[in-house]
Amino acid sequence: MTGRVHSLQSLGAVDGPGIRYVVFMQGCPLRCACCHNPDTWDFDGGVEYTPDEIAEKVMKYRDYFGNDGGITVSGGEPLIQAEFVCELFDLCHRNGINTCLDTSGCILNDEVMRLLEVTDRVLLDVKYTDCDGYDKYVGASYERVISFLEYLDKKGIPTTLRQVTIPTLNDDEENLKRLSAIAKKYNCVDKVELLPFRKICQMKYDKMRIEFPLAHIPEPDKTTMEKLNGLI
Amino acid sequence: MRHKNWNGFQEGIWQDEINVRDFIQKNYTEYTGDAGFLAKATERTSTLMKKVEALFALERQFGGVLDIDTATVSSLTSFSPGYIDQPNEIIVGLQTNRPLKRAVCPFGGIRMARQACEAYGYKLSEKVEEEFRYRTTHNDGVFRAYTDEMRQARKCHVITGLPDAYGRGRIIGDYRRVALYGIDRLIEEKKKDKQALSDLPFNTVNIRIDEELFKQISFLGKLKEMAAMYGFDISEPASNAREAVQWTYFAYLGAIKEQNGAAMSLGRVATFFDIYFERDIKAGILTEEGAQEIFDDFVIKLRMARHLRTPEYNELFGGDPMWITEAVGGMGEDGRTLVTKSSFRILNTLYTLGSSPEPNLTVLWSNALPEGFKKFCAKVSADTDSIQYENDDIMRPIYGDDYAIACCVSAMKLGKQMQFFGARCNLAKLLLIAINGGYDHTSGMKIGPQMEPLQGDKLDFEEVDKRFGIYMEWLSRLYVNTMNVIHYMHDKYCYEKTQMALHDTSVERLMAFGIAGLSVVADSLSAIKYASVKPVRDSNGYITEYITEGDFPKFGNDDDRVDLIAKDVTHRFITELRKTPTYRGAIHTLSVLTITSNVMYGKNTGATPDGRKASEPFAPGANPMHNREENGALASLNSVAKISYDDCRDGVSNTFSITPDALGSDSEERITNLVSILDGYFKKNAHHININVLNRDTLIKAYEDPDSYPNLTIRVSGYAVNFNKLSREQQREVISRTFHERV
Repeated sequence: MTGRVHSLQSLGAVDGPGIRYVVFMQGCPLRCACCHNPDTWDFDGGVEYTPDEIAEKVMKYRDYFGNDGGITVSGGEPLIQAEFVCELFDLCHRNGINTCLDTSGCILNDEVMRLLEVTDRVLLDVKYTDCDGYDKYVGASYERVISFLEYLDKKGIPTTLRQVTIPTLNDDEENLKRLSAIAKKYNCVDKVELLPFRKICQMKYDKMRIEFPLAHIPEPDKTTMEKLNGLI
Repeated sequence: MRHKNWNGFQEGIWQDEINVRDFIQKNYTEYTGDAGFLAKATERTSTLMKKVEALFALERQFGGVLDIDTATVSSLTSFSPGYIDQPNEIIVGLQTNRPLKRAVCPFGGIRMARQACEAYGYKLSEKVEEEFRYRTTHNDGVFRAYTDEMRQARKCHVITGLPDAYGRGRIIGDYRRVALYGIDRLIEEKKKDKQALSDLPFNTVNIRIDEELFKQISFLGKLKEMAAMYGFDISEPASNAREAVQWTYFAYLGAIKEQNGAAMSLGRVATFFDIYFERDIKAGILTEEGAQEIFDDFVIKLRMARHLRTPEYNELFGGDPMWITEAVGGMGEDGRTLVTKSSFRILNTLYTLGSSPEPNLTVLWSNALPEGFKKFCAKVSADTDSIQYENDDIMRPIYGDDYAIACCVSAMKLGKQMQFFGARCNLAKLLLIAINGGYDHTSGMKIGPQMEPLQGDKLDFEEVDKRFGIYMEWLSRLYVNTMNVIHYMHDKYCYEKTQMALHDTSVERLMAFGIAGLSVVADSLSAIKYASVKPVRDSNGYITEYITEGDFPKFGNDDDRVDLIAKDVTHRFITELRKTPTYRGAIHTLSVLTITSNVMYGKNTGATPDGRKASEPFAPGANPMHNREENGALASLNSVAKISYDDCRDGVSNTFSITPDALGSDSEERITNLVSILDGYFKKNAHHININVLNRDTLIKAYEDPDSYPNLTIRVSGYAVNFNKLSREQQREVISRTFHERV
């Protein structure tokens, strides 16, 4: 079996606990307006690897993982290639490497459930806290994300909720309150991270000759982020 | 033997012989806690530091040199005592009679002293010129003996930065001996050694040692005189913490008054001092605040140390460095850590006094170091970008647990080993010379074995590699012989009397060779092997440029295909060097370190097959070439870690810059992540790393508006510099380096 991989990053220090080897999978069904990696959308792009090939690479970095680190599979949307990721995580587990899945939670089928059996932590990207936001800026269903979270809760998989803070779209107190409420409601959630919206991806959009839908929105400043973080 | 000033210390063989290590092992108290106990700067320290800051600002306004005494040759006793603010100083002693005033040190070479004065608008006095008219300097001696080929190699920059015009440095006196034993005992022991010589055959070797001992004894006497000028009698052992620091500092001060060596390192004093601090704290005569104050004052003195250099020197070693390297931490052979509270205190000076490139604080990292110390180091790195790390776990089995670091990465047993410093050769240029059959296109000079430039439309790897081997063999022989000349003459005309008096008489010598341009060579050979490299020739048939088509593995991506080329090149080069015997039977060692000379080396090197354009800078030290790393920071670290310390016993330098955002989302995360990175890197048997946690933007702002960033300190190759003291060209090169960013 092979999976389509967009890129590999040997040092991930902000995608899950500790130092992590990050695998960015190729292909995504969503079209989030704030997407940072439009080059990962195309299902036919990327480079094919077997789970063994990736696991072998990960092993070269295990000395750096310490107590908390390991592998993080991100994307794109890794759930699209759940079977591949499942086999990769299984290999990692057999070598004592902690596994972390960075996902939008847009799919929950048997394959994904099998993947979650070998996932030590989920970084769940809750892009907005209402259906309206998902309809307008994601093109996916908010309810699905919540039912994904319910499943994580049922299985007791430690979860970090993540949200990209986008001025005017989701930087209001109401949204933060709802996010906090979600975090409170599901016991599996032990951490909430707000990531400031960044626009360095503009170059990628330009290169692909497509429009960056949020080009007009400014990046949030440090004080806003501090204030919002204080609200969680 | 007993002494009243040793009361309270555990007895040991250190009393009967000069053996500082035994004293430390018997008496130190390991500390495995966190940084919570540390004290802040006192009012006195802050006030004094303000004066010092003002002096630094004035020095900057004066173009980098505040004042030069052009009429007094620097020596231990030639200047009357100098102070910053006498009543408020706890540790005293300056190189000259006024703070930041520089002295001339012409024993290494009068020409350099003269040019340095002129570069800053001064003129070396007629008195000094006259004195040295009848005196042979080290520089004179070297140029009497250099062969034509040595001169050529120097001129075309295939071997550069040789210590043939000033002090060679890289020697660390065991300055602690003065505090532990007092001068009188040290003289007595040296006299015994001299006496013992009379039973041996008086051949060249022993006559030389005999004369050297005479000089050592004489300079121990001068050291005592120098201290007396400041009102201290250092004949006897230090009786308390303040004296231990003062006695040790006097010994170091004597060394830097006598010698203007490029790197004048301090050694490993913190844990030694800690024994005295503990004794005084237990006796109730010293508080934590007081202990920190002594450290602060000592470090202020070290930050004021200066040597007079020429602009050409600054091009190689930017930022006015002294390499006052202090090795901190590490583990003992018995499994106890050598971390003490004073290891924390000396790092704490980066908070009490602010960040600074000097002293060059070097943490000896071991996986077994206490967690609290690891975290404090990582915090200091993230906050100040002022410290570097070296792998104690690979050095301890070779050098024991009382070694120190000279300059950036050169390990040596304290008081038992010394080094003959040998700068470095430009391996990238050598590759080009080899391809052109003994012709250096940049200088237009013919050098080395003469043969036809390589023929054909496409370079063939086997052919290039074979050629490169022939020229490595030639250069190695020339390089060792050149070093032999330099160090013979330095011993003869500019012997380090003070420093060698603080070594065992029977000393082991290391001869440290170096290479620059390793990643350029590895990538070039990889391009020739895996891509297609077409040579472009001039009308004489010499290759001037290369057209490289297709992709090839690049050093810095954890790809064995090229990483093992780099490893192999270092192995082959040290193997060739070992074939030529060294002066005084020194052990051949090799470093991959450039300081800031990677800019100058690049400038003097034509276009290379890896696609680097003519005169573009090399990467510093063993770093991969800028922005060729495609798989992130750890892949880059893994590549460098593959270079074997067994081949490069003089150190493998790597500089790592990461943005705060990429290292973690808050301060605590950044600290634990940095600890993990260091643990992982050193588990891979890597040797050295400089850590910078900063944004490129900060450097760009400092480049554009230097006045707003007077104290911006960054690690470059093996040392730290004040960013503003680098040349514009060096600053641009630092800005262009890879910064590992959040993806």
